[in-house]
Amino acid sequence: MDLKRYYPVVVLILVVILIQILTSLFGITFYLTQLTMSAYYSLLTIGLCMLMGYAGQISLGQAGFFAIGGYTTAFLTTVNLIDKAEAPVLSLFKSLGIMVLREDLYGNKILHLSPWVAFLFAVIITIFIAFLIGVPVLKLKGHYLAMATLGFGIIVYRVVLGTRAFGEADGITRVPGFNLLPGIRVSGDFANRVENYYIAWVLVIIGAILLINLVNSRAGRALRYLHGSEEAASTMGVNVSRYKLNVFVLSAIYASVAGVFLTHFNAGIGPSEASVMKSVRYVAIVAAGGMANLWGTLIMAVTLNFLSLRGVFGTYDDAVFAVILIVIMLFAPRGLIRKGVISEIEFAFKKLKPGGIIKVKRES
Amino acid sequence: MNRPYIRTPVLLEVKNLNKSFGGVHAVNNVSFTLNSGIIKAIIGPNGAGKTTLFNIISGILKANSGRVSFKGEDITGLNPHEIAERGIVRTFQNIKLAGHMSVLDNVMIGRHSKTRAGFFAAALSLPWTIKEEARTKEVCMEIMEMFSLTDLANEEVSNLPFGKQRAVEFARALAADPELLLLDEPASGLNIYETEELAEVIERIKNKGITILLVEHDMSLVMDISDEILVLNFGKEVASGLPEKVQKNPEVINIYLGEG
Amino acid sequence: MSFEQVLQYIFSGITVGSIYAVVAIGFNIIYNSTGIINFAQGEFVMMGGIIAHSFTPTMPLFLAVVLAVVITTAVGSLIELVFIRSLKNPSVLRMIIITIGLSILIREIALHIWDEKIRALPFFTGSEVTSITIFGAHISPQVLWVLGITALIVVALQFFFYFTFTGQAMRACAANRKAASLCGINTRKMVNLSFCLSAAIGAVAGCTVSPLTQTHYAMGTPLAIKGFTVAILGGLGNSTAAVLAGLLLGLLESFSISLLPMAYKDVIAISILLLILFFRPGGLFQSRQIVALKSF
Repeated sequence: MDLKRYYPVVVLILVVILIQILTSLFGITFYLTQLTMSAYYSLLTIGLCMLMGYAGQISLGQAGFFAIGGYTTAFLTTVNLIDKAEAPVLSLFKSLGIMVLREDLYGNKILHLSPWVAFLFAVIITIFIAFLIGVPVLKLKGHYLAMATLGFGIIVYRVVLGTRAFGEADGITRVPGFNLLPGIRVSGDFANRVENYYIAWVLVIIGAILLINLVNSRAGRALRYLHGSEEAASTMGVNVSRYKLNVFVLSAIYASVAGVFLTHFNAGIGPSEASVMKSVRYVAIVAAGGMANLWGTLIMAVTLNFLSLRGVFGTYDDAVFAVILIVIMLFAPRGLIRKGVISEIEFAFKKLKPGGIIKVKRES
Repeated sequence: MNRPYIRTPVLLEVKNLNKSFGGVHAVNNVSFTLNSGIIKAIIGPNGAGKTTLFNIISGILKANSGRVSFKGEDITGLNPHEIAERGIVRTFQNIKLAGHMSVLDNVMIGRHSKTRAGFFAAALSLPWTIKEEARTKEVCMEIMEMFSLTDLANEEVSNLPFGKQRAVEFARALAADPELLLLDEPASGLNIYETEELAEVIERIKNKGITILLVEHDMSLVMDISDEILVLNFGKEVASGLPEKVQKNPEVINIYLGEG
Repeated sequence: MSFEQVLQYIFSGITVGSIYAVVAIGFNIIYNSTGIINFAQGEFVMMGGIIAHSFTPTMPLFLAVVLAVVITTAVGSLIELVFIRSLKNPSVLRMIIITIGLSILIREIALHIWDEKIRALPFFTGSEVTSITIFGAHISPQVLWVLGITALIVVALQFFFYFTFTGQAMRACAANRKAASLCGINTRKMVNLSFCLSAAIGAVAGCTVSPLTQTHYAMGTPLAIKGFTVAILGGLGNSTAAVLAGLLLGLLESFSISLLPMAYKDVIAISILLLILFFRPGGLFQSRQIVALKSF
């Protein structure tokens, strides 16, 4: 097997560790909070990269899956079941040890499902929904696919915004931490900052390794192939609709897992996480990263999300992402992170000038 | 040209196939059988329904009525990938490759139906998938050697000249180990020397025991290599049989002279 | 539900429905000439209303509206010149992403110029309390304005496309761009004109509906997706059917409020979009086979 493909992973691991050490040395560990959040958004983005970049299926509803994961876990770990504690189902759950009894800030007793169960439930529900909408949606192409996924995203947004159980405009707050293993806890407490930074990045690294494996396998080849020509892929024995569905579900799982973890880390989730703008932002990042480019996408995802979370773009946050989309698609449709990009941008600029070279460039 | 002619079992049977687009009857009640191990050519002027027939056999289009059976099994209306899995592989007149992928990748996709690593196994990179992938690569490199594509293995397909792309398509089809190979105008876009080479390649494929169904415009190529010919015009069968017989059929002569 | 209430719902349904229809027609005009779905279509409507509103303190309403339409048209033209023209044979994915980017950019610029306040143009005649009674239902005269102007837009477009030379040239471009250009039609100009036209009608609609439904910097996306729903319902490219489809969606939405909470209003429209896309992508009024035929 070609081990070269894992070199970037090693670099990534070293960079992650280096950054943590540097932030401790300079006493700027508060950066780790945003880096942790960026990591979770990056997890979603590399899943989308697989779907959009490699398999060529656009999704403008990725934030919807993020929200499904986040809201499911938030709801299940905050809804208080103490009044119904004697119900047979709950007694069964209690004896299985999948219920948690805790006290909130005011000393009220709260009984709810354990985060692990909520997590599993969130993933299952995501898979279910992704299948349900994926089957018809993925028959569509181009504008239709874009609009259908956008429509799905808006539905999720409207539902979480309009449903009382999901806190309407306020979202769900006071979501407890998630004890992954004894002593390892996903939460936003200051004490757990370094630990959470590593949890998030381990998750991203696992996610990335799985995708690298996938891209370079028989299944990944089929995915890339159907991007080029669905007809050719199918006559070579690729079950095109199933492959598209699988990668759609896979990217939904990435989004949902990111949603679950970030919700526990932030101790809550609000409807803005489901907004169309979020979905567009993820698409912008994949585009800027070079579409079928896992590492480009990852670099872009971390950089842009980090800058955005630090508030560098100020009130121009959304505008920045819109400009990125437009500029990349106009001048560098194959993304920024790759070889020969500078000369290509120069070329594109020359083309714009009157009397410049008018040569049709090959579309990828 | 006379060839020793032995009756072999029927591999493909097409019976009363019909397909119309709006008012146009593209394939009109076509029936024929294809015996295994031979080369059969389907000829006819533009719009005779040849490519439509191919598209139906390979599952890209659904027939309005009629039956296609392969080795006795009814395969009418199956999806393209199911048909490919049964051992029917095709090439396209206007070459359909993934231009953004390497020559090797394009050939390796041909082995898709012969291999089995799925999403889950692949993502976890289970040991057997690695072995399978290595084996696939080996087989494909061998096939590429036959088409002198070895040096171009890592080249992006869209950078290759047309003739080479056609070779990649052939290599891809062979990688699938087909029992029946459908060639849709393999000589279109090739120059005279490349066409000669093509004739050799087709003969070599036949010698491997692969049955070939061929749609072609180049008459000299067809007469050169085919064991049997089916002539279509406006979706209907006009004549069929041995090349020398078909060649003398007055109706066929009329169609071709009339067209020219 | 009383008869008057039903009437009330019907009128409110056809009011929003006709705006959806205008947005859908805007989609169609650009789609027919370029094959692009312009995701920024809803922003034209927003711009019409919001620009006119900022002119109203300084000039008569009529003039403000005209000026808003002119400015929006110029923006439409500019978008084509700057962003669309330089691309040769772009992939659909690229086009989608560019127009989405434009839609958000326009929205964000509007946010920075005008802030996030909800504003409304004054009523064209009378005020918010003026009403006329039709079969016992109280209707704002603005509803009649909306319906009248929508009808005018549709009729004027039909006239333009079928009886003027430029309109016919645009139809020729839609049918076959290469052939049209061989006949000496300046196809680039026609593409630009299609952006101008759809920006203009969007802006007109944005002004007429503003007194009733208000104008807000972020109103574009929901309008675009509903306009698209309507365009698909009617069959992409078919503007006459889009009018019918628009009224249909408007009515459905209007009556849905009596059954479901207001917050789910968009969910209804979008669910319809998804159902149509899944089951009848060619639209309600035509068979799948003639989907390929384009007509304004």
